[in-house]
Amino acid sequence: MITFEQVGVRYADASEPALRGVDLTVPEGELCLLVGPSGAGKSTLLGTVSGLVPHFTGGVLEGRVTVAGRDTRTHRPRELADVVGTVGQDPAGHFVTDTVEEELAYGMESLGLPPAVMRRRVEETLDLLGLAELRGRALSALSGGQRQRVAIGSVLTVHPKVLVLDEPTSALDPGAAEEVLAVLQRLVHDLGTTVLLSEHRLERVVQYADQVLLLPGPGEPPVLGDPAELMARSPVRPPVVDLGRLAGWDPLPLTVRDARRRAAALRERLPAPPDPPAPAAAPPAATAIATASRLVVARGPVPALRGVELALFPGEITALMGRNGAGKSTLLGSLVGLHAPASGTVRVNGLVPHKSRPKDLIRSVGLVPQDPRDLLYAETVAEECAAADRDADAEPGTCRGLLATLLAGIDDERHPRDLSEGQRLTLALAVVLAARPPLLLLDEPTRGLDYAAKARLVDILRTLAADGHTVLLATHDVELAAELAHRTAVLAEGEIVADGPTPDVVLASPTFAPQTAKILPPYLTVADVAKALTPQDQP
Amino acid sequence: MSVDRLRRTAAEPANSGAVHSRSLSRQVHPGAWWLWSLGLAAAASRTGNPLLLLLILAVAGFVVAARRGDAPWARSYAAFLRLGLLVLAARVVFAVVLGSPVGGTHVLFTLPQLPLPAWAQGVRLGGSVTLEGVLFALYEGLRLAVLLACVGAANALASPSRLLRSLPGALYEAGVAAVVAMTFAPNLVADVRRLRAARRLRGRTDRGVRAVLSVGLPVLEGALERSVALAAAMDTRGFGRTAEVPRRLVRTGGALTLAGLLGVCAATYGLLTAGTHPWALPVLAAGAAALGAGLALGSRRTVRTRYRPDPWALPEWLTALSGVLVGAALIWYAGRWPEALTPPVVPPAAPRLPLLPALAVLIGLLPAFATPEPPRSTR
Repeated sequence: MITFEQVGVRYADASEPALRGVDLTVPEGELCLLVGPSGAGKSTLLGTVSGLVPHFTGGVLEGRVTVAGRDTRTHRPRELADVVGTVGQDPAGHFVTDTVEEELAYGMESLGLPPAVMRRRVEETLDLLGLAELRGRALSALSGGQRQRVAIGSVLTVHPKVLVLDEPTSALDPGAAEEVLAVLQRLVHDLGTTVLLSEHRLERVVQYADQVLLLPGPGEPPVLGDPAELMARSPVRPPVVDLGRLAGWDPLPLTVRDARRRAAALRERLPAPPDPPAPAAAPPAATAIATASRLVVARGPVPALRGVELALFPGEITALMGRNGAGKSTLLGSLVGLHAPASGTVRVNGLVPHKSRPKDLIRSVGLVPQDPRDLLYAETVAEECAAADRDADAEPGTCRGLLATLLAGIDDERHPRDLSEGQRLTLALAVVLAARPPLLLLDEPTRGLDYAAKARLVDILRTLAADGHTVLLATHDVELAAELAHRTAVLAEGEIVADGPTPDVVLASPTFAPQTAKILPPYLTVADVAKALTPQDQP
Repeated sequence: MSVDRLRRTAAEPANSGAVHSRSLSRQVHPGAWWLWSLGLAAAASRTGNPLLLLLILAVAGFVVAARRGDAPWARSYAAFLRLGLLVLAARVVFAVVLGSPVGGTHVLFTLPQLPLPAWAQGVRLGGSVTLEGVLFALYEGLRLAVLLACVGAANALASPSRLLRSLPGALYEAGVAAVVAMTFAPNLVADVRRLRAARRLRGRTDRGVRAVLSVGLPVLEGALERSVALAAAMDTRGFGRTAEVPRRLVRTGGALTLAGLLGVCAATYGLLTAGTHPWALPVLAAGAAALGAGLALGSRRTVRTRYRPDPWALPEWLTALSGVLVGAALIWYAGRWPEALTPPVVPPAAPRLPLLPALAVLIGLLPAFATPEPPRSTR
């Protein structure tokens, strides 16, 4: 269905080619998953299939890509629109009209399909994706998962032979991600669509893949093959695969079910833990650094938070989970004074956030927003750091020093927008930490990070907590919460519905349980299992 | 492509009888609403009589209350009313502070006058404020406010993007550009707000003009990135696919459209300005014909079809006609008896409601009864 012949891509201003030596064929009706670390060329590869590379992005395409027999060199993206459907990372950026039904019809209108056909296909697609209830809704009023489904539906109505998706579940909560993946699964089964998708959160998708296309790193040629085989060589792996490698299973398990069936022997080797192994013992409860009591925050006509009670203690890492739109970002925003409470109180380090001067507040609490770019204004990394020192009245060089300890090798002269996602997050973190706030808030920090960048973030946050910082992070990433957080709070509809030590909370809920916990409860992470397996000296 | 064309004409919906019914709830064609509101606006532009203006305002408000849906843009009528009030207030304040071109003898009060240098002769700051001047400004401001309210009514009843969707094929691409631009304005405002809030996180103040200015560059960068992403998405979804058409045909179509537009503009100017221009009507007809021919030629390039186009049936005819009638009646009346539609301010007199124009304005109420209710989502 998709053939790559000696394909290479080089962008105008880059010294190294973004992609080189791709020579393979993706057969029809397969779900093919692109796997690789950041910067390996996943998005570029997806772009060559839809024709956006090179027609839209520029750069030089060597070799030949054919999709359903059409050469992308001679066919522009709009001429491929009837065979390739493309959905980007941000579904909101994909919408042209303003209601669900019109959006579904838009692609067909452009292709000039007869009205009767359009009418029928819109109805079919509404049913296929479970959107019938939402047909007349304004697109701006949809939740994240619904938007992603509408975006997929809007390209499905033209009945493309190939569907190209760039990180379709990264921004979604675990439940919404399941929804979207179930839809993709159905397309492959029922319609025989060829699906090509890239995703950082492999634990969500690898079990659905028929084939894996591994991009090991910049410059190395990609390989297409059986998921289990390639996972053994891949530099990025979901926890279930890591567990399989640790236990020496062959072939490697890709689903929790496979692993659980194999795990009987391993379970016997593991010592029965007397109590659930927490990532680290939570520090004794001193006086709370931040409290919210009976906090109600209204955003627009609807209350986003309804009576939240929360206390955060020094040295503790708390994960805040819950579906898209549950109020996580609003809670973080209230702690830094972005939203004034409608009733109830918030205290951070003795201050009332929304009434304090920003200059005083940043010494008590720092927030890294969902998009770290919001925090960065300067032209270069060095200027950004200097500005952060001035804002915080810190010694010149403080921020730059922090950045160097957090992540070495960021060029001073680069523009903050040109950094990779992981580097940009670290820069924003350094900017916030320059004021030495005892309370650090992070909103969805692992969005778009590969496993290596995530591991670095975990190390950084652990070190900060050990130094006595309080960390609160809002996240959809159950693996991150299990690995890092001492405590987990779950928000739903603006209320806290669960709050307690992470093992207790995540083991009680299948949605928030990490993969290891589903295989070998009560162990939460592969690292816990590894530690339990190594013989320890008894005191 | 030719097969597609044949099928397209063959597959016209067969249930055409239902669209005339006013008991079956559906969206009324946006063009009908815009014609109706433009008719009211044209009527308002011809009169300075506050009673008539208020009557037009009431008629528009009544129809909006009866026939608007529950989409986000349906709330825009109130916003336009507020904007109108602002304009009215500004007009009066300016008249009080800067003086008024109409002289008058009824001095209400006298403000201390600011002495201005010789080069600023003709500009006056402060001084005596006359009843005539204030009344004149009030009527003028009211007329502007009612014009705005008419636009607001059209906005609330049919969003501009729905109107643009029903543009002829030749104008479709320009229409999409306009729609995209319209959705970008609210996004831009949201961006400015978010980034201003983010300034707090850096320990800088989020108030004042400097705070807004300093986020300008990041906001523009964000907007640019978003437009590039949208352009890419639209390209992959087949935006801009065209059929092969001889070049000569394309050029002729373009020339006809341009000439037609110019003719229509000139004729409209002639019709709406004071005085009689006998050339206006024929030019309008010729311009419209040229425009129509140009658009029809241009549409042959597009392969686009339309999903569930809004039908144009009896309710649409009635709506559009009622608006046009109101406009036409007042234009005709203003030509005949101009003094009845512009009440004298020097000397000030209580305005009287002329019977015939008032009855004509009431025709504008027709859509509230003749159109089907808009569908409301059950949530």
